[in-house]
Amino acid sequence: MGETKVQEQLGAADVRTWIGAATLVDPAVPMRRGSLMIAETRIRGMLKWWRSVLAFGLGNPVLYLMSVGIGIGSLVNKHMGANGLDHVPYLTFLAPALLVTAAIQGAMDEVTFPTLQGFNWDRSFYSMNATAISPRQIVNGVMLAALARCIVQVALYEAALIAFGAISISSVPALTIGAIFAGFSFASVMFALSARIKDDDGVFAIVGRFIITPMFMFSGTYYPLASLPIYLQWIGWISPVWHATQIGRALSYGMPISPEMFLLHIGFLSVLAVVGMSLTYPPFKKRLAN
Amino acid sequence: MANTSKETMILARGLRKTYGEFVAVDGIDFEVKRGEAFGLLGPNGAGKSTTMKMIAATSQRTGGELSILGKDPELKGPEIRAHLGVVPQQDNLDRELKVWENLMVYGRYFGLSRKFLKGKIEELLEFAQLTEKRNAKSEELSGGMKRRLTIARGLVNEPEILMLDEPTTGLDPQARHILWDRLFRLKEQGVTLVITTHYMDEAEQLCDRLIVMDKGRIMAEGSPAELIKKYSSKEVLEVRFGSDNNKAVAEQINGIGDRLEVLPDRILVYSDNGEKALEQITKLGLHAITSLVRRSSLEDVFLRLTGRTLID
Repeated sequence: MGETKVQEQLGAADVRTWIGAATLVDPAVPMRRGSLMIAETRIRGMLKWWRSVLAFGLGNPVLYLMSVGIGIGSLVNKHMGANGLDHVPYLTFLAPALLVTAAIQGAMDEVTFPTLQGFNWDRSFYSMNATAISPRQIVNGVMLAALARCIVQVALYEAALIAFGAISISSVPALTIGAIFAGFSFASVMFALSARIKDDDGVFAIVGRFIITPMFMFSGTYYPLASLPIYLQWIGWISPVWHATQIGRALSYGMPISPEMFLLHIGFLSVLAVVGMSLTYPPFKKRLAN
Repeated sequence: MANTSKETMILARGLRKTYGEFVAVDGIDFEVKRGEAFGLLGPNGAGKSTTMKMIAATSQRTGGELSILGKDPELKGPEIRAHLGVVPQQDNLDRELKVWENLMVYGRYFGLSRKFLKGKIEELLEFAQLTEKRNAKSEELSGGMKRRLTIARGLVNEPEILMLDEPTTGLDPQARHILWDRLFRLKEQGVTLVITTHYMDEAEQLCDRLIVMDKGRIMAEGSPAELIKKYSSKEVLEVRFGSDNNKAVAEQINGIGDRLEVLPDRILVYSDNGEKALEQITKLGLHAITSLVRRSSLEDVFLRLTGRTLID
């Protein structure tokens, strides 16, 4: 009986060629590049929402810059004249803080809800882990994709800031690095928290209202931290927004800063990132094994 | 597949899994050979899914020995998983992605090239009868379609072993039959299947050999026919005398057939000739509300072994 005849008998719906995983799949490939594969899936998921990402990414800064930047800025500039905050126009002073906040928001969105989705809503983390991909690679892949989103968010914000004349093109690389760093370190802490949530009981709404908003308001965003009474300044000291904003200000318009303070800012964000990621891996490993 | 020799695919010796004080799997032994369709039959909580997770190299054993494709899952988890296909009890498709994208990203996790996957996806969509739904989001599919997609996804790497945890639970009869047909085709092609189920008809349809599990232990092992022959009679007579009367009637008809089982709603009379047993009952002046003679099934085996029905 010829092969065609056999296939005809088996019917069109059969799996015709079967090489077999032993020959077809080299485990070394996913073991090496698994994180990138997970990031690819996450980015595919994000692209389903590209219109919202774009509208939010551009709409938010435009509205913000018009109301706070120009509105309040004209007031600040008028009263303080050439000696304005740090001797720069108010928008230039504000820009690094706005970028940091946008970065934090973008990165956070992509580690919090996707983690609930992966563990609880569609359990897709379990399907990833049923392949050669390890829990650690899933964590890294989700974070990589979150940083990709973060870069897009920051780039859109920068485009708006350039259009408003708030920053110069030459300051973009420095501002981007500062903002992404902030996004990474804060998102890693949120990631560690998300990995421990069994049900979405509104915890992110609480985090948004009681952590993100105060952090944004009391982190030397609109005015130098030193202008706050001493009993409120601690919020800035434990806030990644303040540390990253200071880095951004120093790098973008040369805000005076001592080398020790500069290193302290970088150190704080690094510690946060390392602690956050280290606290994210164990719950992933534990939950995926059950 | 050319290689259908009796190569050992899975070997478990004294396999044990505990969660704190709770013993989920209590020292079980079994072996699965290449090309076999091997079943784990038992009620909910018997330890089937836990056993599956250990075979799938995602959950680590607490004790005993386990070898999958000749490797220890504790040491070679990713290497083993790269060559398995897993269909979990709960569908875990990426709900944001389209049907074909679910297959694409999953194939990528095995490091398969996009070029290979392009052809493979067409093949799998056809196999799962989802070609028309290729661009639908997975969350828009019916239960049966989701299940078929999950099975197709489990085949994307052409696995050495395809593991199916309760593959047809929650599906309507038609969807179950379509799935059985697909799985039967895979079996014919020589794919090693490991299936858990609490449906005895499913186990009888699909499994060459199975273990009956209860409370983390293996109660019996063999082919469906062997198990039925060993633990049950050829036929079963089911008689109903009303819930309040069954117990009293059972005492009167004791001795008819090989053995009796009294369930809350009916009496099962195990006999090689069900019609004859019914005649004997009628001769005693007892008239059943309903009576039915059927052939013995794995359900009867389970009842014999554990004193309980499979679906409580």
